[in-house]
Amino acid sequence: MAANAVDEARLRDLIPGVLAALVHRGADFATAEDAVQEALVRAHENWGTWSVDYPDDPKGWLITTAWRRFVDLTRSDIARHRRESRVADEPAPGPSATADDTLQLYFLCAHPILTSASAVALTLRAVGGLTTRQIAQAYLVPETTMAQRISRAKHTVSDVRLASPGDLRTVLRVLYLIFNEGYSGEVDLVAEAIRLARQLAATTDDPEVAGLLALFLLHHARRPARTRADGSLVPLAQQDRGLWRRDMVAEGVAVLQAALARDRLGEYQAQAAIAALHADAQAADETDWVQIVEWYDELVRLTDSPVVRLNRAVAVGEADGPQAGLMALAELDPTLPRYTASSAYLHERAGDIATAASLYVDAAERAQNVAERNHLTLRAATLRQRLAN
Amino acid sequence: MAKYLFLKHYRGAPASVNDVPMDRWTPAEIEAHIKYMDDFADRLKDSGEYVDSQALRSEGEWVRSDGAGKPPVTDGPFAETKDLIAGYMIIDVDSYERAVELAGELSAAPGAGGKPIHEWLEVRPFMGSPSTVTE
Repeated sequence: MAANAVDEARLRDLIPGVLAALVHRGADFATAEDAVQEALVRAHENWGTWSVDYPDDPKGWLITTAWRRFVDLTRSDIARHRRESRVADEPAPGPSATADDTLQLYFLCAHPILTSASAVALTLRAVGGLTTRQIAQAYLVPETTMAQRISRAKHTVSDVRLASPGDLRTVLRVLYLIFNEGYSGEVDLVAEAIRLARQLAATTDDPEVAGLLALFLLHHARRPARTRADGSLVPLAQQDRGLWRRDMVAEGVAVLQAALARDRLGEYQAQAAIAALHADAQAADETDWVQIVEWYDELVRLTDSPVVRLNRAVAVGEADGPQAGLMALAELDPTLPRYTASSAYLHERAGDIATAASLYVDAAERAQNVAERNHLTLRAATLRQRLAN
Repeated sequence: MAKYLFLKHYRGAPASVNDVPMDRWTPAEIEAHIKYMDDFADRLKDSGEYVDSQALRSEGEWVRSDGAGKPPVTDGPFAETKDLIAGYMIIDVDSYERAVELAGELSAAPGAGGKPIHEWLEVRPFMGSPSTVTE
C-alpha cells in the first residue's frame, strides 16, 4: 500500500467528477458508484509504487479505470441475465461531466426518500470518496452493516432520475449532520464536511451553501480551544481565544459577508452570523449579545425551532440579565434537550447558587454524552463547594 | 482468550464501601475519578485486552409487542427502585482470574475523600463459539 504517496484529499476531490462522468456517459448510478469505488481502491494500492507511476492526469486515469470496471460489472450482470451487451469497451465520446452533474450527485445522495443515516453514508462514499471501511469506523458500526446501508441506499435512489431537480436544503442538512456529529476514526468527519461544503459552494452560488460553509469554518476555528488535553469540555466563555484559528475565522467571515450581501437570508447564514459575532469578541465579556439576540430572533422567524428558542433564551440572559433569560426560558417546553442545563446556568448567573447546583445535578442525569455529563457534574460540585465554604 | 462484560449499575447493586453519591463529591474528587477511569481503559488498550466500553443514558423504558397490527406497549420511565445499568466495558482476556483482577481494579476507582469506592461490578462471561476440535 502506498496510500501515503497519494494525496488523500486531492484524490477524493476528483471522485464526484469521476462518478458524474460515468453517469453522464449512460452508466447507472449504483453500478457506476461501485466501479468508481474499486478504481479508487486501485489508485490507493498502486499509485506511487514501483508498478504504476502517479498518473499525469489522475482524473482521466480514474475515469478510464472506473469505466472499464463498469463495463466488466455490467457484462457479468448481463451474462447472469443472459442479455445482450449494450455497452462499449471505451468511453463513449460526448460532452464531459460538468459542475451541474456534480451538483446532481449531491442531490441524489441526499434525496429525501433516504433516511438521514443512509443519506450521510451515501454522500460520504459517492461524493466524499471515502471507503465503506472508513465510514463504518467513523460511525462505530461493523463494516458489513455500513456496506449494507450504502447498498440499500443506492438501490433506493436508483430509480430517481438524475435530471430531476433536487432540493438544496436536504443536501445542506446532510452536510450539517456530518459536521455536527463529527465522530473521528482515521478520517476526520468535521474536516470532511468542510471539504464537501467547499466543493458544493464551488458548484452553486446559493447563499445558504456559503452560509453553511461559513458556519463550519467559524465553529471549526474554535476546535483547538474547545477541549482540554484530557478530553473535557471547555465552555465558550472560558475558551482561550488565542487558540482559535484566526485564518479560519477570517475565511468564515469573508464567506459569510459575501453571502449576506446577496440579501437572501437563511438559517445557516443566521447561525454563521452568530458564530461570527462570537469570533469577533476578543474576550467573552466583549461579546455583542444584543446583536446576537437579534440574530436569534431572525432564526426563530426562519426556523421556528424550539432548540433555537432555547439558545435565544440563554442569549437574552446575557444581553438583558439572567432574570430576563429565565423569563424567556419559562415559555419553553422543559423536556427540551439542554433545558435543565440552561436553567441551571441562568440561575447560577442570577446568584441562586443552591437552585443552580441541584439543577446541574438534574441536567447531568439528562446529559446526552459523557463529556457533557462530566462537565455538568463538575459545575454542580463546584457550586456545592462554594456553598459549603 | 475469552470475553467478559463488566456491568456498572446506577442502582440495584449492593451498596459500595465508600457509598457517597457523586453529586456530593468535590470537583477535585470527580476529576480524579474520571482520570482513573480513562487511564484504566488506556492501559487495557495498551495490553491488548480492551474491546469496548459505553456509558448509557439514564432514561429508557420497557417495551413489548402488543400483537400484530398494534403499536408496541411501553412501560416507563423506569421506577426509582429498579435496577439500572449505568454502563459497560467488554474485555478480552486469557482467564477468568484476569477478568476478576481487572474488575477489582475498576471497582477501586477513587470516590469521595479520594478513597476507593469499592463498588460492586457485575462480571459476566460471554458465550463462546463452538470449537473446531470437538473430541
